[in-house]
Amino acid sequence: MADISFLLLTFFLLTSSINTDKGISRKLSPYVEAESKSAEVKKRNIMIVLVNANNQLMVNGNVEIISNLKSKVIDFLANPANSPELPEKAIKNIDLLGNVQVSKGVISLQSDRGTSYETYVKIQDELSLAYTELRNRLSREKFGRKFDDLKSEAKMEAIQKAIPINISETEPKNTGGNK
Amino acid sequence: MARFKKNIRKDVPTINTGSMSDIIFMFLFFFMVITNIRETTLFVKYTPPKATDIQKLEKKSMSCSIYIGQPVKTAVYGTEPRIQLNDQLAEVADVQEFILKERAARPENVRQLLNTILKVDKNVKMGIISDIKLELRKANALRITYATFREAKKAEN
Repeated sequence: MADISFLLLTFFLLTSSINTDKGISRKLSPYVEAESKSAEVKKRNIMIVLVNANNQLMVNGNVEIISNLKSKVIDFLANPANSPELPEKAIKNIDLLGNVQVSKGVISLQSDRGTSYETYVKIQDELSLAYTELRNRLSREKFGRKFDDLKSEAKMEAIQKAIPINISETEPKNTGGNK
Repeated sequence: MARFKKNIRKDVPTINTGSMSDIIFMFLFFFMVITNIRETTLFVKYTPPKATDIQKLEKKSMSCSIYIGQPVKTAVYGTEPRIQLNDQLAEVADVQEFILKERAARPENVRQLLNTILKVDKNVKMGIISDIKLELRKANALRITYATFREAKKAEN
């Protein structure tokens, strides 16, 4: 009896994967009937990330490889030297943090209809890694621990406000033909 | 010459195995309960891509899934990626209705929190996904998640 149930147990142990759904969460922008009013954003505040149908990446007109994207995004958003080429910062008063410089930088992600989903997810992943690192930096500086370890809704919200995820996606182009 | 004592007791007292089966059965039931058997049969091939910076989705009741991938029965449905909603293959135009139905099935106070999980095969092209995203935006289902596998995290600096 015990042998049989042992066998069953090991079978379940080996075959089972406690599969919770995991993934990258994003928020879509609300649908507007006629997309006529395109908010004017200054050129210095936009970082154009473009992926073409051959899964090649271009950042602000320069060809890039995906693994460099994270550091590019961090440099772009952090703008430590207040360079006039990189995004402006607005000073905002946020609870628990006081006056913080919030970057006005927006990442414009443009994909093609022929881009593979795998590449797209890799790019989204790099973007979230960049945001996570920036949030961790601020969180360490202000509260002395990583963003995920904050354990306080209010603190997390404050950090989220200080480093908002601004990724705008344009309708994909269709240069690679219908597929 | 000293002789070794012969009468050292070598046998260790045996463990009472009477309750062993109970314990094992408890384990067995535990594992049987926590493993979830896939509730929808998949009509499309689905291997998620890998990513490192991912979140777990806690509230399963607040999410609905859209599968996209190559149909399993390529002889019947062809090799073009198809959408699966619940238990059937569907078209892009059906997505809005699906979202409305899913939303209606939830309690009123959490309807806006409905999360749509896009379970997309890694070989699918972005075209069909952006069509679906447009439909989701039209249906005002703005919270989405791209389902991924976890990849070993890169060394943090």
